[in-house]
Amino acid sequence: MELGFTHHQSAHCENGVASNLLKHNGFDISEPMIFGIGSGLFFVYIPFLKVNHAPAISYRPMPGTIFNKAAKRLGFKVKRVKFSNPKAAEKALDENLKNNIPTGLQVGVYGLTYFPDEYRFHFNAHNCVVYGKTETDYLVSDPVMQHVTTLTHKDMEKVRFAKGAFAPRGQMYYPVSIPKASDLPQAIIRGIKETARDMLAPVPIVGVKGIRTVAKLIPKWAAKHGPKVTNHYLAQIVRMQEEIGTGGGGFRFIYAAFLQEAAVILKNDELKSLSLEMTKIGDLWRDFAVNASRVYKNRSSQTDVYNTLSKEMLHIADLEEEFFKKLKKAIA
Amino acid sequence: MKKNEVPQDEGNLSKSNMKELVYATDENGNYTTELSSGWEPKTIALSNSLEDINERVAEALAKVKAGQASPIVYFMELNKMDMNILAGYVEMWKWRIKKHFKPKVFKGLSDRVLQRYADAFGISVLELKNFKPE
Repeated sequence: MELGFTHHQSAHCENGVASNLLKHNGFDISEPMIFGIGSGLFFVYIPFLKVNHAPAISYRPMPGTIFNKAAKRLGFKVKRVKFSNPKAAEKALDENLKNNIPTGLQVGVYGLTYFPDEYRFHFNAHNCVVYGKTETDYLVSDPVMQHVTTLTHKDMEKVRFAKGAFAPRGQMYYPVSIPKASDLPQAIIRGIKETARDMLAPVPIVGVKGIRTVAKLIPKWAAKHGPKVTNHYLAQIVRMQEEIGTGGGGFRFIYAAFLQEAAVILKNDELKSLSLEMTKIGDLWRDFAVNASRVYKNRSSQTDVYNTLSKEMLHIADLEEEFFKKLKKAIA
Repeated sequence: MKKNEVPQDEGNLSKSNMKELVYATDENGNYTTELSSGWEPKTIALSNSLEDINERVAEALAKVKAGQASPIVYFMELNKMDMNILAGYVEMWKWRIKKHFKPKVFKGLSDRVLQRYADAFGISVLELKNFKPE
């Protein structure tokens, strides 16, 4: 059984699934639009949570929130179901396919056999769409892949019931009601407002302040744990910022693309120039990645290099603070 | 990032003929998308993480060999897991798993408990029980 479903590759899995599912339902919306309206740009540092033996840093909010917020602001409903029993989860998915509903799934990356081995980590917040089933396989549209792919029935159960942080628990989701027309300008403004508020939040681990906290920690890690551990932490930061799914520069380029689209819809030239500014900030994040990678490649142990990286990140934080203040004003 | 500056380095993706999508600006400064085969700083970051895992695996193996750790420790590292993830798969408390890290305790485990670990690691109980580091 195969449902007609058009696969579009995207940078980030969650926005990609959202955009692809909405397009399938006749609501044409781009990936950056979903990302911006769903307030996808974020920064958080969670000191007590370790991922791959390094402190957790994320350039995006909790899995699922982007799509949920975009849905709320655009006025469509998304049904989400979790399962405790894998058999029930399989039955519900098959039932959906029978009813001609391509279905979004939260899955663990470790069991995704179509990913290169190097990328198979225990990361549970990946998303894809299932659009058909054969005797042996499920037909899968994974938005970070160039083309559609497949997973065996057994592997599908594995990835839906992966364990660890953010365990998907078989979660599946799909839009149930699509509005004929949405108040796009209103949705955009609400999305921007929340992002500006979060990035300027007076919390030391969130947004601009979170970036500063991490920047200041870099030389402290070096003093306390030595270069080996610090380099591992830095590599982890770069991976969070640049790995498949971010579209580069810790989502800053997707956000700039969103602001550009938003500028046209809201007829707001200020957003257009802010888009250019965000692009420059994204470029600086890319430079940071280049410089950090030089440090852990050469295994240089001078304390100086860590101070330099720290300053570089603090500079980005300053620019972002200024940026989000301007953004807030631009839509006020 | 400009479209013509999107890096096309040899990377972990290009080995399997995959490309990822990134957002970049065209000659008029308008956003568009472009495929990238890889970027060196990312490749280095990923290699760093993989090296770290390999070191952890080797360390675990040495400990099993020296009789300081049970094979569970080795297979946990081999499967890129930590205690939290393993606890999720075997549905046991972490303190209980920690006890099973001791070779003495491991020897006394029932097949039923071992089965849970074997399933988490994708191996058989026999493979887990009779694991001998060379």
